Amino acid sequence: MSLRAARLLTPRNVGRLSRSSPSKIHAPSTPQLISSFSTAEPETTGTTRMNLFTAINEGMRTAMQTDPTAITFGEDVAFGGVFRCSVGLREEFGSSRVFNTPLCEQGIAGFGIGYAAMGGTAIAEIQFADYIFPAFDQLVNEAAKFRYRSGNQWNCGGLTVRTPCGAVGHGGHYHSQSPEAYFTHTPGLKVVMPRGPVDAKGLLLASIRSPDPVIFMEPKVLYRAAVDDVPDEDYEVELGKGEIMRSGTDVTIVGWGGQLRVLEKACDLAEQNGISCELIDLKTLAPWDIELVTESVMKTGKLVVSHEAPLTGGFAAEISSTIQEECFLSLEAPVQRVCGADTPFPLVFEKFYVPDDLKNFEAIKKVMNY
Amino acid sequence: MLRAASRLSSHRAARAILTESSSTSSASALLFSKSAPLTSTSSSTAVIRSFSTLHDISAVDITSDSRIYAGDVPLPLTTDCTIFEADDVPTGKYPVFRVMDENGVIRDSSKGPEYIDPNLTEEHAVKMFRTMARLNVMDNIFLNAQRQGRISFYMSSQGEEAVHIGSASALDNKDVIFAQYRETGVLMWRGFTMSQFADQCFSNSGDLGKGRQMPVHYGSRALNFHTISSPLTTQLPQAAGSAYAMKMEALRNGKDRAEGVTVCYFGDGAASEGDFHAAMNIAATMNCPIIFFCRNNGFAISTPVADQYRGDGIASRAKGYGMASIRVDGNDLFAVNAATARAKELALSENRPVLIETMSYRVGHHSTSDDSTRYRSTEEIKKWDTEDNPIDRFRRYCETRGWLDEETVQTIRDEEKINVLQALESAEKKGPPELSTMFDDVYKEKTPELERQEAKLLEHVAKYPERYSGPI
Repeated sequence: MSLRAARLLTPRNVGRLSRSSPSKIHAPSTPQLISSFSTAEPETTGTTRMNLFTAINEGMRTAMQTDPTAITFGEDVAFGGVFRCSVGLREEFGSSRVFNTPLCEQGIAGFGIGYAAMGGTAIAEIQFADYIFPAFDQLVNEAAKFRYRSGNQWNCGGLTVRTPCGAVGHGGHYHSQSPEAYFTHTPGLKVVMPRGPVDAKGLLLASIRSPDPVIFMEPKVLYRAAVDDVPDEDYEVELGKGEIMRSGTDVTIVGWGGQLRVLEKACDLAEQNGISCELIDLKTLAPWDIELVTESVMKTGKLVVSHEAPLTGGFAAEISSTIQEECFLSLEAPVQRVCGADTPFPLVFEKFYVPDDLKNFEAIKKVMNY
Repeated sequence: MLRAASRLSSHRAARAILTESSSTSSASALLFSKSAPLTSTSSSTAVIRSFSTLHDISAVDITSDSRIYAGDVPLPLTTDCTIFEADDVPTGKYPVFRVMDENGVIRDSSKGPEYIDPNLTEEHAVKMFRTMARLNVMDNIFLNAQRQGRISFYMSSQGEEAVHIGSASALDNKDVIFAQYRETGVLMWRGFTMSQFADQCFSNSGDLGKGRQMPVHYGSRALNFHTISSPLTTQLPQAAGSAYAMKMEALRNGKDRAEGVTVCYFGDGAASEGDFHAAMNIAATMNCPIIFFCRNNGFAISTPVADQYRGDGIASRAKGYGMASIRVDGNDLFAVNAATARAKELALSENRPVLIETMSYRVGHHSTSDDSTRYRSTEEIKKWDTEDNPIDRFRRYCETRGWLDEETVQTIRDEEKINVLQALESAEKKGPPELSTMFDDVYKEKTPELERQEAKLLEHVAKYPERYSGPI
């Protein structure tokens, strides 16, 4: 894809974004375009300004237009999905390709695996990442091992499981979680999380067309809040590659998905204090771009990793461990993990629970002053 | 790279099996079993006989219109091959369809041609018998090979041969199979060779699965047989997706009928898993052309069906899903065949699922890690094996037709024994797959991290060659 290398992997300016007004979980109201999160320059080839759920919708539409075997399904998908990601698809592609399933996550995952195993392209939706666990066995024991266990006779690479994740301000225990680390611990699965509409469309298309099963996690706080000028054309953002969102020399900051807008603010605070931050979006967590992070830390000597999921056993631990192995002599301070607390997601204390810009700013100062 | 030295002189091993002297082995791995490791699995040898001689079944009341199957509940018998619609399931116990009785006699001769392919030839009948015989011979020899420590694990199919061959012979290789693990005969009927079975059980370089799974986890793309995985019931919702894919492919090609039906096998225990419900419901709502094929053999490892469900078996559940169903005598090859053929036609012509429940009995242990005499009596096993042996039943029919006699059966048995032993001997000589293949197929393309880990491992192995050479 022409766009892939040329434009989408280059650093881009990122706009400011208020943390307020997260989308409602069910039956959201009219989209409110708060501000642009990733502001790609308008393309001469044509772009459309859209939010993240529309970009996901565009990605699925493109996938279904270009692949007659592609189907999309899940709970409430037929009418457009509770987050409106599948709006209009049933009208365009028919009820045999865009359909509701019974309310049963293990069924959705298993059905998708079987459909993909016969050569089809299955785009399954699990309505909330918090509810993916009934499908855990199908994803971890089945989808992940389908190719390996058959000696490459069979595979279910056509499967992509989309699922909204992350905090929105009022989701409590069961509409807030970011369970990416459960899946990064499973060889055979790819795990992807976009930070904005341009990547969402390109990464989703790459995931759908990937020859491996992909867990595609969508930060639901951004569904309406993040707005980009999204290229109209069919493009992919390469899986397994991170991106330097802003270059810097003093400290490397790594994040993914919705957390990047928090890290943007933390970087701004740091830069106001004369600290030059290099911010990296991993985009794909499995397999993750070790080389990109390693090169950056070799340069800066300092690393802060941040995610919303709980600290212990989170993916930041993996990054931290790898970087101390790869960059031991370059490190000037202990790697800092700024993550959710090791508690269930506490509704009323969400503001205290989340790894916000201030907590990250403190971690940045700590590695600078070490 | 690494090659295993042969564990035993193959000639000595072959002789040991031919004379059926079972050496004591400590290699009985505790995989699949939830109980303590076994010190001995020898009790089965006394119980399970070879099919070479017919047993006297004069004590069996073949005229009764009901029979006891799994669950010790008398079930009504019927000679009508009716696939009941959800709304038409009879009240009372779900009847069991059978064509021939324990004596191999067609129960309702007026209906014979309707249930037995009128074009059934001697050649085809003998092929079915031979495949059941081959399965039984392979089971006995592989069980012995496991006891001798030559393979790590095995699961046999004794008592369920007619379920396998009866259903498989009603299908063709365009039909897609998702199996549990005790459907070896289905794969055998489709053309999996004796060498392919042996190579898989030995995890050698000839194994299509590249030595990555425990014995009996067969799979074959060429034969449209999805690779078996150990977790129970996971294949059911997958099979629904497969059936939907076949239906959609037909639609794209302007046809209203899929190229083949998807057939998904599972056991009575597996039907308690959540995936059973998931699959039934999604297959019904999505109108999937699929046969859900439950082998009710009375046991899930040690758990009898009385501890597994309180309803009338598995077939009765179809009603709740709005699904057509039929219950069949699993030891009656003709009944299984007729029901499968009819279910296939219904599923394909009307694009909807059908549930088949076959009633039989697991004569063998759950696996080589199990000693079933701990939870059921030897007498019970013997009674089933003697009085309702599926191979015997079909043999009696064939003998009446003049297609088989004692001498022919003996010849078949001897030939198959030689085939199995040759495959075993040859499989044992092949070494394991190359170590470097360990990192293949996790993803379609090896990731940089996997390449790094592979290089690190190979470097380590090269540093300590003695530790890592020899048998794996």
